[in-house]
Amino acid sequence: MTATQKMWSAFLRNRTALIGGIIAVMILTVAIFAPWLAPYDPLSQDPYMRLAPSSVKHWLGTDDFGRDILSRIIWGSRVSLIIGISSVSLGMSAGTLLGLIAGYYRGKVGNLIMRGIDVLMCFPDLILAIAITAVLGANLGNLILTISIVMTPRFARLAHGIVLTLTESEYVLAARAVGVRVPRILRHHILPNILGELLVAATLWVGVAIRLEANLAFIGLGVQPPTPTWGNMIKQGVDVLINAPWISVYSGLSILITILSFNMLGDGVRDMTDPKLRGA
Amino acid sequence: MFQYSVRRILQSIPILFIVLTLVFVVVRVLPGDPAVAALGDYATKEAVEALRIKLGLNAPLWKQYITFLWDLCHGDLGTSAITGYGVAAQVRKVLPHTLELTVFGIMLGYVFGIPLGISAAVKRNTFVDYFNRIFSLLGLSVPAFYLGILLILVFSIQFPLFPVVGAGEFSDLASNLRHLFLPSITLGLLMTAYITRMTRSSILNALREDYVRTAQAKGLTERIVLYKHVLRNALIPIVALGGLYAVVLIGSSVMVEIVFSRPGLGKLMVGAIKQRDYTTLQSVMVIYAIMVVIINLFTDLVYGLVDPRIKYR
Repeated sequence: MTATQKMWSAFLRNRTALIGGIIAVMILTVAIFAPWLAPYDPLSQDPYMRLAPSSVKHWLGTDDFGRDILSRIIWGSRVSLIIGISSVSLGMSAGTLLGLIAGYYRGKVGNLIMRGIDVLMCFPDLILAIAITAVLGANLGNLILTISIVMTPRFARLAHGIVLTLTESEYVLAARAVGVRVPRILRHHILPNILGELLVAATLWVGVAIRLEANLAFIGLGVQPPTPTWGNMIKQGVDVLINAPWISVYSGLSILITILSFNMLGDGVRDMTDPKLRGA
Repeated sequence: MFQYSVRRILQSIPILFIVLTLVFVVVRVLPGDPAVAALGDYATKEAVEALRIKLGLNAPLWKQYITFLWDLCHGDLGTSAITGYGVAAQVRKVLPHTLELTVFGIMLGYVFGIPLGISAAVKRNTFVDYFNRIFSLLGLSVPAFYLGILLILVFSIQFPLFPVVGAGEFSDLASNLRHLFLPSITLGLLMTAYITRMTRSSILNALREDYVRTAQAKGLTERIVLYKHVLRNALIPIVALGGLYAVVLIGSSVMVEIVFSRPGLGKLMVGAIKQRDYTTLQSVMVIYAIMVVIINLFTDLVYGLVDPRIKYR
């Protein structure tokens, strides 16, 4: 069996990873094919169907403008996933770069970078995100930027930690001894070896990013209505919580299931790849 | 230990200083003129100019920065241009509510999380373990405000047992605790999930150590091995990561305060953002940063206590 085949069969045997992966792929599919899957236009209002509970026509009921909740949830998945995945990718690139540099050039440069990271981590994620969004203004681009800024220190710390141990490894010392230049060592000898661990963390942190976005949206600092996002749907639902609890409950459930699936996937894959944690 | 504590306390001073600088930079970069925000778009140029002078916004940035630090050292958080109230007084009024909420949440997390984590690790791969793992994965995934909404639906709307709004008065203990119940359970459940998971994996790690096998080999009872050898060593990562999660919990407290309309720092901050009240925003960020620096300091000190090796580094 090749290494890829081995990984694949381990993945199929790990129930947590498998279930998480399947759900995550399903949600991604829903987001991509939203226009074809949604039974209604997420913005079209029906004044005769306001706050209707679930029925054959509207599976998950309607909101106070008579808009179909299911369609809004389907469309809302796009915002969550776009922000979650792109901010984690950006944060991972920036953080890994910083961590690599700081880990390889110890001394002044490395110290300066890592102290900067420490300072950013002196704020709880959400509070930092709230402050930055308040500065930049709430729209899709700024939210991606904000959440990637919050994600960067996490990746930088992780990458830094692994690089510190790797630079002492024999193959890196050997590469240095034969005169390979630093950028090449970082790219060809260190990066491939830390990528796996970073990707596992990235899977877990997509969940964190999606939750941050939902938090911001609930405060009113997310993508603005009428564009449906899960966070702003919950917020609208809270105003009619007594009469129409389904709006908040179903929108929140979509957030919960999405984050859960990424967490299960990341958790399972980490258990698979890290022999120390196997079964832990 | 004394020397270690002093060194560690001294180390937090420069960190605090840099954090304060960051807050200043972030808030002053905010687009929009605080004076215009306070007076509205239709204010005359003269009125805006007068307020800018009064707020000290015309001074060069470095001078504003010095004033900001100087005032902070004196416990002066400035006066809000929007509400006209002193910010320090407002913070003093709401801070106890935020503190009681987070402290109760953290305590609940440890009280329930550690026993749950131990039972999951000891009864590994049994029903208890699976239940615990599902519970902690759920807790790790659920947004705090959604959990709060679900609790409100069940315990305030379906069964009207607890109030949804406000925090009660400190003078009326019964009412205060009734108001505190659901919000602190919300945070407590999240913290329990974090602590359970961490305790479980850290005990499983400790169980694999050689000294555990030695202890078992020399015929100690499972109980003594667990409590004297495993738990003692598993405690180190629990303390270290516990501090990290306490910081996460402070972030979640913002959401809980909003969902339950509780007075508190988070509510103050979000209100300040909506009103473009920069003085208040800046001050609340400062208070949060100080809280985090204190938690980190405290974590390191306890860390030094449970792991004597740390002190000699």
